Amino acid sequence: MLSYGTRLKYAFRSFFSLLDYGRIPEDVAQAVLVKPEATAPAPVAPPAAETSDRAVQMLALLQRDGRLVDFLMEDLAAYPDAQVGAAVRDVHAGCRTVLTRYATLGPVMNDEEGQTVTVARGTDPASVKVIGHAAGEPPYRGVLRHRGWEVSRLELPPLAATGRTIVAPAEIEIT
Amino acid sequence: MVDVNSRFVVGIDLGTTNCALAVVDTSASQSESRVRLQDIPQLVAPGELAPRTLLPSFLYIPGEVDFPAGSTALPWNPQPAYVVGEVARRRGVENPMRLVASAKSWLSHGSANRTGPILPWNAPEDVTRISPVDASAEYLRHIAAAFDRDVAGGDPALALAQQDVLLTVPASFDEEARELTLRAAHAAGLAHVTLLEEPQAAFYAWIDALGDRWRRRVAVGDLILVCDVGGGTTDFSLIAVSEQQGDLTLERVAVGEHILLGGDNMDLALARLLQARLEAAGHRIDSAQLHSLWHQARLAKEALLGDASERERPVTLLGRGSRLVGAAVTTSLTRDDVDQVLTEGFFPAVASDAVPMRPRRAGLQEMGLPYAADAAVTRHLARFLSRQTDSGAMQATIRRGPSGLACPTHVLFNGGVMKAPALRGRVIDVLSGWLQQDSFAPLDERHVLDAPDLDHAVARGAAYYAQARRGRGVRIRSGAPRTYYIGIESAMPAVPGIPAPLKALCVVPFGMEEGTSASIGDLQFALIVGEPAEFRFLSSTVRKSDAPGALIEDWGEDLAELGPLEVTLDGGNAAGGAVPVTLESRVTEVGTLELWCVGGEDRGRWKLELNIREREA
Repeated sequence: MLSYGTRLKYAFRSFFSLLDYGRIPEDVAQAVLVKPEATAPAPVAPPAAETSDRAVQMLALLQRDGRLVDFLMEDLAAYPDAQVGAAVRDVHAGCRTVLTRYATLGPVMNDEEGQTVTVARGTDPASVKVIGHAAGEPPYRGVLRHRGWEVSRLELPPLAATGRTIVAPAEIEIT
Repeated sequence: MVDVNSRFVVGIDLGTTNCALAVVDTSASQSESRVRLQDIPQLVAPGELAPRTLLPSFLYIPGEVDFPAGSTALPWNPQPAYVVGEVARRRGVENPMRLVASAKSWLSHGSANRTGPILPWNAPEDVTRISPVDASAEYLRHIAAAFDRDVAGGDPALALAQQDVLLTVPASFDEEARELTLRAAHAAGLAHVTLLEEPQAAFYAWIDALGDRWRRRVAVGDLILVCDVGGGTTDFSLIAVSEQQGDLTLERVAVGEHILLGGDNMDLALARLLQARLEAAGHRIDSAQLHSLWHQARLAKEALLGDASERERPVTLLGRGSRLVGAAVTTSLTRDDVDQVLTEGFFPAVASDAVPMRPRRAGLQEMGLPYAADAAVTRHLARFLSRQTDSGAMQATIRRGPSGLACPTHVLFNGGVMKAPALRGRVIDVLSGWLQQDSFAPLDERHVLDAPDLDHAVARGAAYYAQARRGRGVRIRSGAPRTYYIGIESAMPAVPGIPAPLKALCVVPFGMEEGTSASIGDLQFALIVGEPAEFRFLSSTVRKSDAPGALIEDWGEDLAELGPLEVTLDGGNAAGGAVPVTLESRVTEVGTLELWCVGGEDRGRWKLELNIREREA
């Protein structure tokens, strides 16, 4: 970083140079502007495609065995609860099978819900969320309201070579 | 005994709807050389390989648009021509025209061309077809590849082809079906295969589960009914307990006829009931939805049969398009339905002299599997037990009542259907009624021999037996499961329209032991050299006293005809002439029959080959 004096000098010179000539003096530009060739090489783009493929795949599995996407995308306003309930039983069974087959889910905290627990210092807010009146610094004492969910195993089948954006193929019956 | 001293002994249940694999590592220490179930990795969805304990016996013949490119690849085959297992079954629901199912039932279907490409039955012209034997071989190839990778670890010396394999067949399989099963095994490269009857395998699984304690559960004079109702077939056997030098011995004393009746029929019956109910409410059910109903009926049935407190299970058919809730229709399967359709329909309380309905003989019959005309398992059982009036030359005795009915003292259940306590209870009740009429005490739970894990019992039992015949465990004496005959046309003046009466010459007696031979009397046949000679071939499951050489006539319904036997005497020095031959029979170690023509004065031996009918289907 340049010294305060130098920055002041450059600022005034640039101000008047821009006012009089419409450009920044060459040496000032050299000193302050970021030179493209001097930056670190741009990092290789992370495999964003891979992760979104996996997300689509999970949706596809939930749709294939549980018809979850059909269910979520349907407007249910018109149907009586009994009809929704009947369909949900099947959707639930199918999706549950998918979850247990491809993933292992467990609680973040093993205590019973309703029990008093301690939140230690340095607890990651991503895994433990404090709600209500949390004044001062941890440790806190509080009642466990939700045990949370955590994935301890995720074994998805290999990605297909094609159709990675397809959640469910169109079905055409040949008669 | 087959002379293989392979490291592994293997039991394979090649079932009508599912296959299973069990293995014993004989190199492990005594305590660890136990029968263990081996997972069979398979495609469960396109591109998704997963281990399963059962390989569904379904084969799908993929077309161009069936699966995304590369998604049917297996670790051992990047581009298989056929798809088998779970993914085949799933895809087959969507496109049944390309699905081969129940190949095993076709193996025992005498009037179909079982080595010809006939499956999928009713497939459109452009679909490649495959023979029932090839389909069976394909399942075995898959199992072998899985074994070679996961058990043998790629070591060719340990490959399944080189191991001692026990392959199970229904006890009711006749000689042709056994021979065809063996052909399938050989086509799959299995060099050391022995056949074992499924009810016996189930019994071995029970022995394996109990260890030495089995000797305390049965006693000399006991008669065990093995009641095996699987997905596609119903198979009965009787095993008698006797004694030899103070030690309990077991003898398989009777096998039933082949009955194409099983859990699939039962689930379909329930699905049809649900379909009728939905259609009465104004919904149209198409064939894909019927399949879904079939599947759901099975789940609902299992839930109701498994929990006596449950009164009904809702069954919902989700809308087929993306309108899932809007187009959903709902009905339910009740306990009454299950009682009515399954218990009363398939296991009715009938008298012990009940006779199954005969198939109707319409002038034009649709060719297809000869499903049992009568759906009542109990009626088939009554017929089976009432026909065992002939003990033959067996050592053990069959306990019989005054009516002549064979009266079991114990029952061993096998097959998926018999997992349901309600249905087991019904069989015991019906059987007890018959026993009481014949003045025996009724049966209760103590008389049920419980083998755990009915889905895999046959494979486990087969592996147990493979070990037992190496001297580690008890064996059931069995031998030939039927009496076999050669048909001889009587010399009588021909009458138009009436075939010459047939006499039957017994060539293999019931229970003839593996590895033994018998020469058939002094009846001589004159065979012309260089021309095929054909013999008619018959068998019986109920005539057990006929000795080799016995000539019988007027057998009523006791004998059934199989495909003909053929032999061609090759020229040799007796070219052109007729050679007088006598017959000799042999039961092989593998569990099949051989019949030989023996020329007099050392003129040679010629094997009679089963000519599995090549009739155009």
